[in-house]
Amino acid sequence: MGAKVVTVTSGKGGVGKTTVTANLSAALVSLEKRVACIDADIGLRNLDLILGVENRIKYHLVDVVEGRCKLQDAIVKHKQFPNLSIIPAAQDRDKSAISPTQMVAIVNDLSPHYDYIIIDSPAGIERGFRNAVAPAQEVLIVTNPEVSAVRDADRVIGLLEAANPRPPARLIINRVKAEMIKRGDMLTPDDVFDMLSIPLIGIIPEDEAVLVAGNRGMPDLGSRAGHAFKTIARRLMGEEIPLKDAPTPGLFRRLTRLFGGRT
Amino acid sequence: MVSRDDSFAIKGIREGLLVTLSAEGEWEALTARVLARIDEKQAFFKGARVALDVGERPVLPHEMDSFRLLLNKREITLWAVISSSHTTQTSARHAGLETALVTSQGGLESPEVSSEMQGAPGLFVNQTMRNGRTVRYEGHVTVFGDVNAGAQIIAGGSVIVWGKLRGIVHAGALGDETAFVCALDLAPTQLRIAGYITVSPEDKRRKPRPEIALVRNGRIIAESWNP
Repeated sequence: MGAKVVTVTSGKGGVGKTTVTANLSAALVSLEKRVACIDADIGLRNLDLILGVENRIKYHLVDVVEGRCKLQDAIVKHKQFPNLSIIPAAQDRDKSAISPTQMVAIVNDLSPHYDYIIIDSPAGIERGFRNAVAPAQEVLIVTNPEVSAVRDADRVIGLLEAANPRPPARLIINRVKAEMIKRGDMLTPDDVFDMLSIPLIGIIPEDEAVLVAGNRGMPDLGSRAGHAFKTIARRLMGEEIPLKDAPTPGLFRRLTRLFGGRT
Repeated sequence: MVSRDDSFAIKGIREGLLVTLSAEGEWEALTARVLARIDEKQAFFKGARVALDVGERPVLPHEMDSFRLLLNKREITLWAVISSSHTTQTSARHAGLETALVTSQGGLESPEVSSEMQGAPGLFVNQTMRNGRTVRYEGHVTVFGDVNAGAQIIAGGSVIVWGKLRGIVHAGALGDETAFVCALDLAPTQLRIAGYITVSPEDKRRKPRPEIALVRNGRIIAESWNP
């Protein structure tokens, strides 16, 4: 049985794709899954940093594609989580160094040895994005509760909807600040859901622990955000965990109101 | 397609297929011939929606039911029976079938819509239009879904959105000032009709309601739309 291939993408940069990839991968490993995460952000690699394996990289994705090493040689094992493998990006190349077909081939080679393959997509909607989503069986769209991030997420969802085959997509709302929402200064998860209308897989609260953990290169699953990542991991594994205050479709709500309000 | 036998005709119409039966001859025999024709071309008819025009022939409920059942067996749905006979109409209504194709005023000789109803051609977008998507069309545009911010519709005719309209819309883009834009929630980034332009008022927490925008006295106004 092959691995489930999940790509983490967002359109906009800086919303937390790499952090989500790292923490979600660690969370899956903590739930006894074997996970390989691939950094598809060639030229701007970060995943190795966040996971604290930078100093142990020997080869990278482009070395594999160009035949300078075997796939096995490029895999870096995480010290804290032995079941977590990292395939780093090249730093001295750009997105055109690999093609979507090559990406699919690499994922196919990895697939028999893992339960999950998590791909960290670069920002944008160009070649790097296409490389990252080509092998995806499911796509997680990361967004922040701010209009520009949501707008870009919408663009990416549109591109995925036009893709053939069309991978299912779910939404992660990252860096949600409860206090700002209380003050009415931040989009609520409801607002975001209303704009994007795709299923929500989880909400990550703003949490300094994530930043600290990233700087240390050691995911912190005991933090508030860490718990949210574990919940997302379990949902990804198919567990049905209800969202607290799950948003309901705005349009549907309005339509039922329109036609006599059977709610 | 037109059949060879003059006692009945089968042709494609916008709503599916129209089977026209002669008012003469015995019902059983005639319907049996129609079924035989259908069986010759099973692949073509399978899954079809059929309207039946029997002219002035009175058809009794059990006759209609048995024919319908025989069609169902061939995975064909009978959805309408058209007739000037009161008996037939009653049988059809009793069976829950439509008794007209478009209007209740007959006009069955030509199933095509009349020229005044024809108007401009239309484009149906059966999906939410997301950021980055643009639709350009010379006729009317109907969207079944939302038009998100960053999406754009440029239509020669009117634009109807059965959903939220948040993007940019230009109706009557070829100069038609009678074109309109309506949506279940009309809050476009920018709205143009012919040469006029407007933006949505900035009341963020307003209650969404269906609205229609049109040109009146040289400017675009929005009023409530009751679809």
